Amino acid sequence: MAAEKAEMDALKKECDGLRAQIEAARKAVNDNTMSGAAGGVASVGRVQLKLRKTLKGHLAKIYAMHWSADSRQMVSASQDGKLLVWDCFTGNKLVAVPLKSAWVMSVAFAPSGNLVASGGLDNICTVYNIKAASPKTLRELDAHTGYLSCCRFLSDSEIITASGDTTCCLWDLETGKQKIMFTNHIGDCMSLALSPDMNTFISGACDSLAKLWDVRDGACKQTFSGHTSDINAIAFFPSGNAVITGSDDCSCKMYDLRSDQEVIGYQDTSLNAGVTSLALSSSGRLIFAGYDDFNCHIWDSLKGEKVGVLSGHDNRVSCTGVPDDGMGVCTGSWDSFLKLWN
Amino acid sequence: MTIRNAIRDHGQRYRPRMVCLKKAEKVLLEMQDPRTGVKSQPQRLVITTIPHAITGEDIIAWLADRFQVDPQEARSFGSMLVALGYIYPLQDHKRLVIKPDASLYRFQTPYFWPTQQWPVEDTDYAIYLAKRNIRKKGILELHEQEQYNRLHKWMNHKWDFIVMQAKEQYRAAKERKKPDRVVFECQERAYWVVHRPPPGTVSGMDYGLERRIDPNADETKTPDFYERIMIFTQQSIMRPRVKSSVSIGALVKYCTTYNSHDPFLSKCLPSNPWLTDDVTLWSLNRLYVDVPTKMRVERWTFSFGELLSDPIGRDGFRLFLKKEFSSENLAFWESCEDLKWGAAATMKEKAQQIYKTFLARGAPRWINIDGKTMEITVSGLRHPHRYVLDAAQTHIYMLMKKDKYGRYIKSPVFKDTMKKAIAPEEHKFTDAQLEQNARNRRPSLSPIILRQQEEEQRAKMAASAPVDITQLCRFTTPVPHLAVYSGITDSPSATASPSLPFLAHTPACPSPISVALDSNSASERRGEASEGGAEGNHEARGPARGSVSKSRVALSLRRLLKRGCTPSTMFASLSPKCHSAAGTSSRIQPISPDEPSQAPPRRIGNFFQIKVDIPPECRIYPIESEDEDEESRAASRGGVGAKEIICPWESLTPHNGTG
Repeated sequence: MAAEKAEMDALKKECDGLRAQIEAARKAVNDNTMSGAAGGVASVGRVQLKLRKTLKGHLAKIYAMHWSADSRQMVSASQDGKLLVWDCFTGNKLVAVPLKSAWVMSVAFAPSGNLVASGGLDNICTVYNIKAASPKTLRELDAHTGYLSCCRFLSDSEIITASGDTTCCLWDLETGKQKIMFTNHIGDCMSLALSPDMNTFISGACDSLAKLWDVRDGACKQTFSGHTSDINAIAFFPSGNAVITGSDDCSCKMYDLRSDQEVIGYQDTSLNAGVTSLALSSSGRLIFAGYDDFNCHIWDSLKGEKVGVLSGHDNRVSCTGVPDDGMGVCTGSWDSFLKLWN
Repeated sequence: MTIRNAIRDHGQRYRPRMVCLKKAEKVLLEMQDPRTGVKSQPQRLVITTIPHAITGEDIIAWLADRFQVDPQEARSFGSMLVALGYIYPLQDHKRLVIKPDASLYRFQTPYFWPTQQWPVEDTDYAIYLAKRNIRKKGILELHEQEQYNRLHKWMNHKWDFIVMQAKEQYRAAKERKKPDRVVFECQERAYWVVHRPPPGTVSGMDYGLERRIDPNADETKTPDFYERIMIFTQQSIMRPRVKSSVSIGALVKYCTTYNSHDPFLSKCLPSNPWLTDDVTLWSLNRLYVDVPTKMRVERWTFSFGELLSDPIGRDGFRLFLKKEFSSENLAFWESCEDLKWGAAATMKEKAQQIYKTFLARGAPRWINIDGKTMEITVSGLRHPHRYVLDAAQTHIYMLMKKDKYGRYIKSPVFKDTMKKAIAPEEHKFTDAQLEQNARNRRPSLSPIILRQQEEEQRAKMAASAPVDITQLCRFTTPVPHLAVYSGITDSPSATASPSLPFLAHTPACPSPISVALDSNSASERRGEASEGGAEGNHEARGPARGSVSKSRVALSLRRLLKRGCTPSTMFASLSPKCHSAAGTSSRIQPISPDEPSQAPPRRIGNFFQIKVDIPPECRIYPIESEDEDEESRAASRGGVGAKEIICPWESLTPHNGTG
């Protein structure tokens, strides 16, 4: 017993030593702060967005939504067991996909617009072809041992999924098999985001860490710590060099990939609700963060200030998304409505 | 399908998130401070007075002052405190919100705070309901009655215990002083409103689906845990880091550069469709238009990646490279992208084709990469996978970026493009017009129709432009993706594979052979003289029309042979079945390109000709039917490109069709 304890203590000490080293390395390159660099940038002022449309059609909590690459269509998933594909310009529902399992937690649109994937407590990521006469199940990707929290398409032949079994996975849709498994997290992976060049992706997990993975070799390249609770939402800065995370500890943080450290935090003492979802405007200047307090707050990413709020939902904002052309923002909530703002 | 996380909760629904609750508690303690907290006043009931009641407006004012926020935000914060159960309303106790008036609230006793982490058990709820029933029959609300009956059924085995407990508590309560009793009853009632909300109300305790990891539990520490951290940290330390001034500066620069392109921060021209319901902006900015907008052209100057990801930008760049006789770089880059994102079934053939065209000694479009990269790439090609060409692709990308890109942006061609770009005027709609727009909202064109329109347009351009003999009919080209980098017409069907949105348009790629032909057939080159505009689509010069072009090609081939040029896979025969563009047909095309529906092209075993076939990966999605898919796959297995150039791995792939 004593020997084991001694061994553990030695390991712990070595670990701490290494941690100190990495902190020192990070500090060495830390010759400027965001407030210093962004000092000369003009403020965005108060961002007042108006509600443009409310999309009604779901009957239960909406858990996830995702914009299509054409910036007009959008898919949303709700626990009433339906995926709805909307044309946001007209407000029409284009396709309704009935789900085998109503406990859906995530939905994704393929960049081509042909496929839609969803998954949840059934541990399976189901890929549907929505361009067929009636939505057909293309593949059922069943190898995770925990719930599916997030999925994103790389193309029509590959998809990455994040699961509550603490792993992320790259699947080949043509064979329906796993290609690479990304294991390093020690808590449920709650969300993932693809880099603009699609060579890497980041995942946020319940161990309060965000990890950067390389799609090609399956290795974890960088880890970012700083949060004190589950990371629920994660997104790439549009240039691909920074990462924004949102967590249950009521704060968001921006991490810079190249200098490997946290750059700025977005928190406010008056905000006492966890962040459920994140989206960035096309220039990266505005961060739209959905919170448990039924609102979506808008942050200035460079200055770290709150510059606006989108209120109108009657329950938690569970998902947020900005389309590729950046024309507006969509928030989905547990009150079963999706709202478009701009 | 199994739902492994199904929870039969029987009331264990709410496991609050501690972090937010702990923060709320800090605020609560401040609020309760006798000096700096919220002012309290006594509540007067009929004969009793109960101290420490606070009004809604006082709470809101205190919060607004404490956090320096406007009253609206203070109100939502206050409502959150009520919803979580830290403050409860004395009147209208079922609605857990803060009212900005004189309605009274009271602080909940810490005994009932959610952070106490008691599982909110059904047993306790049953006791509570029973107690109320004993106190006064008929006092339970409808939903409470339903719950009571349900619990009675589920907990029948414990019911005696529950009733006994209820009676005990009721008796004990009677012995308290009136004010205490009233307060305790209110507190208990408030606690249960929070944890067993009436139907139709939103519960602040609702936290969604259960997570596997308990956020409040400590992590287990094992040696393995530490080892993993150490390995990772060591690797991490060795990674090169960029000075934060540089990288943060880059982030700031990105924001400021794209500021004018961000619809939230700058005006959209002509108008934001979400605001005015007018889709001009979208139609001007479609992926393939004749004339791009000024904003779009400006984006190409921001970074090389932006230029390459826009098909129109890429076209202009391609033409520029053609003039500089270095278009093989872009063609190689495109073929690498194709390999990365294309279907897995054809990866091997694609990799082989790329090697033959770009990398082998004496390849027709040899790219200039350094020896080491070439070594890595060639050895990797023995076992091709999606990322095998990454190193080479990065090298070529940087080459283009450092040298060609800068020159392109400064070139007169580009400046001309910029001048000709559209700068739309801002829309100024009256209210009536806006209403009209809203009424006229139309759903977007189906992608099938869009594709058909593109093909029609391409066919139109092809018909009008003179034929270029190096541009071949799309039905004779091999795998459309291969066409990209073998200098053959990029068939429009390539764009039909929707997973490759950036697959290029017609490349008018010069190869050494075509340069040689240039001097021969100047007239045929006329079509390419118009680089001045350099805008939009340089549509396919194919599909060649009928026999006229065929004879022309035959003539040039003979001439070429006389010159003794090495024939290469680039030369495919013109199939006599050279159909005109499918776009002219009025049928709506199915998603997969229409080649499979036509007769398979003839395979002529000529020295110059490669066996062509319609590639299976055009049928990327087994949408139509599984049988067709297999059919075409079987067909293609028989026909792979003829091997004029020996590949280093040929011996390793005996299963290869021609092997």
